[in-house]
Amino acid sequence: MENLIPLNNLPIGSFGKVRKLTACGNIRRRMMDLGLVCDTKVKALRKSPAGDPVAYEIRGAVIALRSEEASKILVELP
Amino acid sequence: MGLTHQSTGLELMKEILLDQIKSPGNFVIALAGNPNTGKSTVFNSLTGLNQHTGNWPGKTVTNARGRFTHNNCNFTLVDLPGTYSLCANSSEEEVARDFICFGMPDAVVAVVDATCLERNLNLVLQILEITGDVIVCVNLLDEAERKKIHIDLNKLSELLGVPVVGTNARDGRGMEQLKDAMYKMAAGIIKVNPVKVVYDDVVEGAVRLIQPYIEKNIMPEINSRWLALRLIEKDKTVLDSFKKYIGQILEENDDICCAMEKTEQYLKQNGIEEEVLDRIVASIVKKAEEICRASVVFEDVQYNHFDRKIDNILTSSTFGIPVMILLLGCIFWITLQGANYPSEVLSSWLFWIESRLTEFFAWTALPEWLHGALILGMYRTTAWVVSVMLPPMAIFFPLFTILEDLGYLPRVAFNLDKFFKKACAHGKQALTMCMGFGCNAAGVIACRIIDSPRERLIAILTNNYVPCNGRFPTLIAMAMIFIAGGEGKYRAVVAAISIIGVIILGIIITLFVSKILSATMLKGLPSTFALELPPYRKPQIGRIIVRSIYDRTIFVLGRAVMVAAPAGLITWILANTYAGDASLLHHCATFLDPFARMLGLDGFILTAFILGFPANEIVIPILIMSYMSYGHMVELDSLNSMRQLFLANGWTWITAVCTMLFCLNHFPCGTTLLTIYKETQSIKWPLIAFLINTATGIALCFSLNLIFRFPVVATAQYTYLRWLTCRQ
Repeated sequence: MENLIPLNNLPIGSFGKVRKLTACGNIRRRMMDLGLVCDTKVKALRKSPAGDPVAYEIRGAVIALRSEEASKILVELP
Repeated sequence: MGLTHQSTGLELMKEILLDQIKSPGNFVIALAGNPNTGKSTVFNSLTGLNQHTGNWPGKTVTNARGRFTHNNCNFTLVDLPGTYSLCANSSEEEVARDFICFGMPDAVVAVVDATCLERNLNLVLQILEITGDVIVCVNLLDEAERKKIHIDLNKLSELLGVPVVGTNARDGRGMEQLKDAMYKMAAGIIKVNPVKVVYDDVVEGAVRLIQPYIEKNIMPEINSRWLALRLIEKDKTVLDSFKKYIGQILEENDDICCAMEKTEQYLKQNGIEEEVLDRIVASIVKKAEEICRASVVFEDVQYNHFDRKIDNILTSSTFGIPVMILLLGCIFWITLQGANYPSEVLSSWLFWIESRLTEFFAWTALPEWLHGALILGMYRTTAWVVSVMLPPMAIFFPLFTILEDLGYLPRVAFNLDKFFKKACAHGKQALTMCMGFGCNAAGVIACRIIDSPRERLIAILTNNYVPCNGRFPTLIAMAMIFIAGGEGKYRAVVAAISIIGVIILGIIITLFVSKILSATMLKGLPSTFALELPPYRKPQIGRIIVRSIYDRTIFVLGRAVMVAAPAGLITWILANTYAGDASLLHHCATFLDPFARMLGLDGFILTAFILGFPANEIVIPILIMSYMSYGHMVELDSLNSMRQLFLANGWTWITAVCTMLFCLNHFPCGTTLLTIYKETQSIKWPLIAFLINTATGIALCFSLNLIFRFPVVATAQYTYLRWLTCRQ
């Protein structure tokens, strides 16, 4: 479990596997509806011009998340 | 806040249910799907109703309804808001869920995006838990083929247990099969065997505990397994909806209460209390993954490569924002340059008609005042609005729609989100602002895509800082006449740059005011933000031109003419009814003049803005009429003669700049204020919108005027004026 990092620290261009969501309530549900459940592979695609938000590839869709939300998703580096 | 029941839920349902009772050959079909799956295109293709479509999530903000006939049966199609799930996180999701569950449609068509099947199946599986009468419409097949994504539709149908139809709604492919499937489903010819998502043992155990009690107490039309799952995850919105549509208060039913307590204990014993929702959602997502793996082949693993390449430019850290400004600049330049000639032709033609009408009046010897009121008042104002608005709109809207269709607008939101976050606002506000370019009332309605009420209000209150197409003619006229000046070669370029400047200023003011609002009236932290960047799509140029002219241009122009004609009449009457030695309009302008002068305007300009309250389109025509009745009669057939008129009335470039600023920042038009009232259900917010916008305009114009009255600047102004007069 030592490889666990928040998604916003995932370097651009690399993959991570979702291990844990620390968000709760509506936000948590919304993340899960986007397919962010355990074992989901997420790729950090690119930063927006101002550095935040970051676009991620999640189950074939491209979703932009702000760093606040991304920090609530813990991913494991391969 | 948000969707009113009148526009969506109960009323619509009642109406539809009544329809059904009236004639048994009628079927009601619900159209559901993720945002941005081409759902609206499917809807249009089936019903022929022109609902505006665009490539950005959250386009359908109200339920649209349309009808079509197939096999001699009447079908009513209800377009539900696009949602990712049915768990009632937002008003849209609640509306969609309630309609599928309590509206009892004869069939549900779930539209899915062929290029992103896995994520889309999540919603399909959730719908299948409510009802088995589902047809899955795999749309955007051409995009999938282009990306070499192969979908085995038969396999998919077999796995889901319901009919699957492959379509490409944009060119009508598969639509007949879809209609056939709807007919067969609604008529009960097809038997379905919907796939059941099997949850882990604990959740299934809980379902087994509660389900029998539900079956005993609740009407059989409601799926008991689905309701059991909602009760287990303690979804309160379901209980509320039950009360609303069925009239049954579940939490007061002893049987169900008892079962719920038992279930709760059972879950506690098994050590899962909080995670039950997680387990349910995760099982659905995993099931979607499994089905997708068995039915989709990605021939090209790098299928999104091209999109990523475009993103590299359009959202690049160096070029992203400059490209955005450049694109917008190009659109305005093409609009200004292209609209010049048709505008002139149109205007000379309309004024030719005016002279013929005048001759007719002279011939019939009708009273002079009737000629004045009808021709100089009504006709002239309307003619001006048409000749000045039609050509730019007919060019601007299709160009803007191309950007929309391509999928560029979400990238704008992506590029600008950081700034909105700093202003404690939502990034999707950028999308609502884009809608505001068309019409601020539409922009206000589009604010429904923002979930958090606080951020939605900010977006609603600041939408007016984006100039709508009713204000563009004023801005364009000012920019062309005074900033670009004369007949120079680069006139359109200079005018386009200055309009871009005004828009950027509008964006800065929006951010600034949003920040102030979040620090004072609407305190709070930015809420969650998840924005989908959909794949780029090839815009359908032909359809765009037809649609944007038909949907937007004609609609907006029609509304402007409806307002312009009576307003022209009223203004003429005001300008020609004398009290003492001056007209009513003149009295009004004289009264406002001292205040207007402080803003760098004059009494007539301010009067024109006030009289233009019903619609901003008519500000300039009213102004022209006021000046002309004031004694300076000119033949008004070109921008040049307009400049003569304005210069003769003491305009300087400061007046023009202040007019532009005041045009950008003044009270929203009547329609927009009414829309704000409807959206917020409170008289407070339209009032606040009125005050904030007007205060910004007054403050800006006042300070600008103050600065420019300093001697140094006055000299510069004098030189510029000299230059202008020399060039004439």
